[in-house]
Amino acid sequence: MAAEAGIGTEAPANETAGREVLVQVEGLKKYFPIMQGIFRHQVGAIRAVDGITFDIFKRETLGLVGESGCGKSTTGRVVLQLYPATAGRVVFNGTDLTRLTGEPLRRMRPHMQMIFQDPQASLNPRMTVGSIVSEPLDEHGLGNTRAKRARVEELLELVRLNPKYTNRYPHEFSGGQRQRIGIARALALNPEFIVCDEPIAALDVSIQAQVVNLLEELQQGLGLTYLFISHDLSMIRHIADRVAVMYLGKIVELAESRSLYTEPLHPYTQALLSAVPIHDPELEARRERIILTGDVPSPADPPSGCRFRTRCPIAVERCAQEEPLWRELRPEHWVACHLAE
Amino acid sequence: MALTSLDESAILQVRDIQIRFKTQEGTVHAVNGISFDLNEGELLGVVGESGSGKSVTMMSLLKLLPMPPAEIASGEALFNGRDLIRLSDEELRRVRGREIGFIFQDPMTSLNPVLTVGYQLTEHLRRHLGMTRSQVRCRAAELLALVGIPQAEARLDDYPHQFSGGMRQRVMIAIALACDPKVLIADEPTTALDVTIQAQILELIKQLRQELGMSIIWITHDLGVVAGMANRVMVMYGGFVVERAGVSELYGNPQHPYTRGLLESLPRLDEEGDEHLQGIEGQPPNLLSQPSSCPFAPRCPYAFERCTEENPLLEEVGDGHEVACWWDIDGGVPRHGR
Repeated sequence: MAAEAGIGTEAPANETAGREVLVQVEGLKKYFPIMQGIFRHQVGAIRAVDGITFDIFKRETLGLVGESGCGKSTTGRVVLQLYPATAGRVVFNGTDLTRLTGEPLRRMRPHMQMIFQDPQASLNPRMTVGSIVSEPLDEHGLGNTRAKRARVEELLELVRLNPKYTNRYPHEFSGGQRQRIGIARALALNPEFIVCDEPIAALDVSIQAQVVNLLEELQQGLGLTYLFISHDLSMIRHIADRVAVMYLGKIVELAESRSLYTEPLHPYTQALLSAVPIHDPELEARRERIILTGDVPSPADPPSGCRFRTRCPIAVERCAQEEPLWRELRPEHWVACHLAE
Repeated sequence: MALTSLDESAILQVRDIQIRFKTQEGTVHAVNGISFDLNEGELLGVVGESGSGKSVTMMSLLKLLPMPPAEIASGEALFNGRDLIRLSDEELRRVRGREIGFIFQDPMTSLNPVLTVGYQLTEHLRRHLGMTRSQVRCRAAELLALVGIPQAEARLDDYPHQFSGGMRQRVMIAIALACDPKVLIADEPTTALDVTIQAQILELIKQLRQELGMSIIWITHDLGVVAGMANRVMVMYGGFVVERAGVSELYGNPQHPYTRGLLESLPRLDEEGDEHLQGIEGQPPNLLSQPSSCPFAPRCPYAFERCTEENPLLEEVGDGHEVACWWDIDGGVPRHGR
């Protein structure tokens, strides 16, 4: 790993300003094979995640933003080892998850959970709320029937659902309530770390705020650590302590939320931020947008050098030849761009 | 509501549209008496959450709803002196695409995957304008170039799957613009797109508006998208218009508790995000019962007795600013209405 040029060679220091690292991701890659022909031989690979390195500190929310297809959801899943990594390491509380399989990995699962995007699709329509929320308890053999029932009621109260609803089915709930059920299920085993994969993208605006507030309260109350994946840059600014920006399988910028939003260093981050509409007509009339041309290239055949160069408004020749290094340009503000200064 | 103010500059006048859906669980009261004018050359933003009736209202104007289960219980939509709701299918066909264009949310499902983009683009031209084959091809290439698709001429023979999401939405816009319509109805045209692609499309629409000068109805759930584009905005909830005003008035001085709640639910990109989001408590309204009170009352922090007894009508509270609420949110007292 270390010999390869580019993002992921210089990892950020593990102990920064006394904060404890909970999850350490090093040079993580995930390639999906492209198969062809009747013998299904491999003709190429989708490089969904292509060498990323970052830490997640205890009790923080790390926001992961990017557009569709940039690999942010795959990152979340590989971090939890829902997909095996192609290369790289994920160290959780000192244990390298990528070396574990079978029972030892299963024993790690209670510590790390996931909240999914679509509460409609992630809840089994034939199971009652009670059995959905207690499934993790059954799976990991915790507690007798009575203890489990008490735990389910406690969890429903925790996510502000009426505990009387345990015998109802998911279709009897609205989208926001269904997402609360998903959150209760994720909390059942008292995890330390939760990957939130676009948890509010499928919800109406007025309901999004409810769910985000709930997630923030739970984090405070239970001391949770979140990896919060989203394409909504305004919401990420609200919820995240630090933010990583992904483009085509790479992290291009990582910084404290405030620093990233007030002084974005990567041209992609700058374009992304300028493209987000703000609900203020006077401000919108004055704003200058950076309009990117073209579309995101295919992750099966990414551009040479810097992956953003094909759409970058300031790209120079060097960008096609050399992959930019991952540099700490300001304290705690990392960027991968030749031209950023 | 009768046609009282016959505004000369209004190109489309919609009055008291009511739409119901007959379903197994009962009658869904999707739209409950919506009236609005679309003025010449303006962009009217229609904002609401899912189930507010925003898309259904606009689709009913061109009878794009499946009927049954949908049923237009009442209402009229005057366009060029004709009532669209009462046109025959044949007459309506001449309006659709020719005089009123429609852009749908999902460019993947609204293009036919087995026909070339060129064929789909020229369908309107052949049907409505009776152009010859070579004229049609020339115009189609012109349209693709207009919406910023490179190598337009060559791409006419491509199929939709050969275009990216943003490019497909450009094709949809080109189709909607093919016959130079006077009115364009855009139903969440950028919702399925990434934010950088959305910025491209918004820029394109702004530019086309200047060049072609059509009137646009822009349906969205995103208050940010219309802030930079609309002249006027109307906010819908539970099948009613709850507030309508000029764009800066609506964002700067919202008078309906729902509009305020929506604006406060949204974190801002340009502001530090430490404080708690306000949000709106409760769940979206159940549309299965005949509305007899304010649809927002169960979630409204200002609701009082009258709100659960009578449904407020839109009332003018300022220059071109209308709100349907019994409570005077700034004065902190009930409004003395009609």
